[in-house]
Amino acid sequence: MNRRRRNRRMRQLGWNVLGLAVFVVMVFPVYWMIATAFKTNDDIVSLTPSWIPLNPTLQHFRDAINKPFFWRDVVNSLIVVSVTVGISIVIAFMAAIALARYRFSLREVFVVLVIGIQMLPQAGLIIPLYVVLARYHQVNALSGLIITYMTFVLPFCVWTLRGFLIGIPKDLEEAAMVDGSTRLGVFMKILLPLMGPGLVATSVFAFITTWNEYIFARVLLNDQAKQTVTVWLSYFLGTSRNTDWGALMAASTLTAIPVVLFFIAVQRRIAFGLTAGAVRG
Amino acid sequence: MRGTSTTAAAAETTLHRSRRQRRFWNRSGRLAVPYLLVVPVVVVIGLVLGYPLYWLARLSTQKYGLFELIQHHGTSVGFANYSSVLHDQIFWHTLLRTVIFTVANVALTMVLGLLIALLLVRVSTVVRLLLSSGLVLVWSMPVVVAVQIFYWMTNFQNGVVNYVLTELHIGNFDQHDWYATTFSQLSLVTVLIVWGAIPFVAITLFAGLAQVPHDLVEAAEVDGARPWAIFRDITLPVIRPILLILTSLSIIWDFGVFTQPYLLIGQAKITPGNYLMSIYLFEEGYFKTDFGRGAAISILMLLIVAVLSVVYVRRMVRIGTAQ
Repeated sequence: MNRRRRNRRMRQLGWNVLGLAVFVVMVFPVYWMIATAFKTNDDIVSLTPSWIPLNPTLQHFRDAINKPFFWRDVVNSLIVVSVTVGISIVIAFMAAIALARYRFSLREVFVVLVIGIQMLPQAGLIIPLYVVLARYHQVNALSGLIITYMTFVLPFCVWTLRGFLIGIPKDLEEAAMVDGSTRLGVFMKILLPLMGPGLVATSVFAFITTWNEYIFARVLLNDQAKQTVTVWLSYFLGTSRNTDWGALMAASTLTAIPVVLFFIAVQRRIAFGLTAGAVRG
Repeated sequence: MRGTSTTAAAAETTLHRSRRQRRFWNRSGRLAVPYLLVVPVVVVIGLVLGYPLYWLARLSTQKYGLFELIQHHGTSVGFANYSSVLHDQIFWHTLLRTVIFTVANVALTMVLGLLIALLLVRVSTVVRLLLSSGLVLVWSMPVVVAVQIFYWMTNFQNGVVNYVLTELHIGNFDQHDWYATTFSQLSLVTVLIVWGAIPFVAITLFAGLAQVPHDLVEAAEVDGARPWAIFRDITLPVIRPILLILTSLSIIWDFGVFTQPYLLIGQAKITPGNYLMSIYLFEEGYFKTDFGRGAAISILMLLIVAVLSVVYVRRMVRIGTAQ
């Protein structure tokens, strides 16, 4: 009995060590980004890497934010993201209510549309979008990028919000209707407050996807003053041979921070957006 | 008596009619509500996606370059673009390369993701919390940021990867250039993609594993069943639907991947010899401003992805309409 227990302990210890090893391997790149961002240039280029920034410096962050167009492009990103998400979430919520609470004859077609669009490879659409937007002078304009993003954010929002709505029991609304509430009253008094967390989580997730998007921003915005921060970061290296690794990693850290914070805040609620049905059966 | 009854009957019919009328209006009003609710989304998608898709089909049968873009007018060439693409060796080589690349990426993602999910079940609570927070952190990394990190880590001069591999006596990687061959480039891209995709797969599968009946596993253990048998006969059937969905999603994503290979390999080093499908399309269509031919490639690619998506979309639609 004792031996068995010890065996079990050893096995548990083995799993834990393996778990820690996986943790180190997975997280190391992120750690390395942050560590490099704080190191002095001497430490960065030394042949034996120093594992911890012993003489931490903020110089690289200063260099990064003083690079041309950084603030401009951050503002562009914020504009694109907030307009896209703001409009999308409202009209997606309406459609999600239709999907979750009503039966209508074109419902199936709509579901296919919502799911199918999310599968389209983005590269496959750059050419028609570029040509069509060029016809309407929407290339190199944030408005062109915003409407492009909306088509990709909308299906995701509709689908995720539908998932949240299904989680709210219909009985509550029916009870309120019996008590004499109007449909609008039910919506304002019951659905909206209960959907609060779901709406926030979906918006945040849409925010992240939009903030991170690269290919359309790269194709549709050519002017450096009009780019988003993701494209700005991708051009950071430029063509110089002596790469400023410290500043690059500082810029990467800055770009990632808002995303990481938001993501961690809502991950639990959204994680199953894409597979919700599969997990719930 | 009779009269009253007639009046009553008449009253009843008017009452009946007005109620029926009201019900009719109520009913058609209610019937219209869902359509009104979905109209805005359908309009936006129709305008911003439907219209360009119509254009895509048109462009693919036209000669449409920079000149035509400025003129806003293409010249019809029938199916010349398609035949040019389908007779292009680069297209077939790219397709084959992309298929192999996708298989390798999806297999690695799914196997490693599943192993980590199983590991999460076995470790102690503290390690589980640590590992899952680490996974969420990795999951949250923007792709462009991840590319820059990997680019820095694999730098031939000061990259930490060369240093560690040399120190571990895996070989002499001093000044090793990871961007020298196509195989090496695409392997790096694979590592980057798999690293970024593991958290989603592992965490989703871990959630699915919670549904595996605990007593059944314990009973099987008491009966002396081997771990593999337990996995195959108890665990796998429970998580099979999730595995199926994750695999088909990964296939679709990896087949169309663009940002990671495009930025990590770097535009200067991209050649027809290391094209993946999306990059082929980007270079031949957009970069060379041959929009007509690019449109033909797009359509071929969309068709391939549509075929790949059938399993996933069908399953999700069943879930979405079942309610």
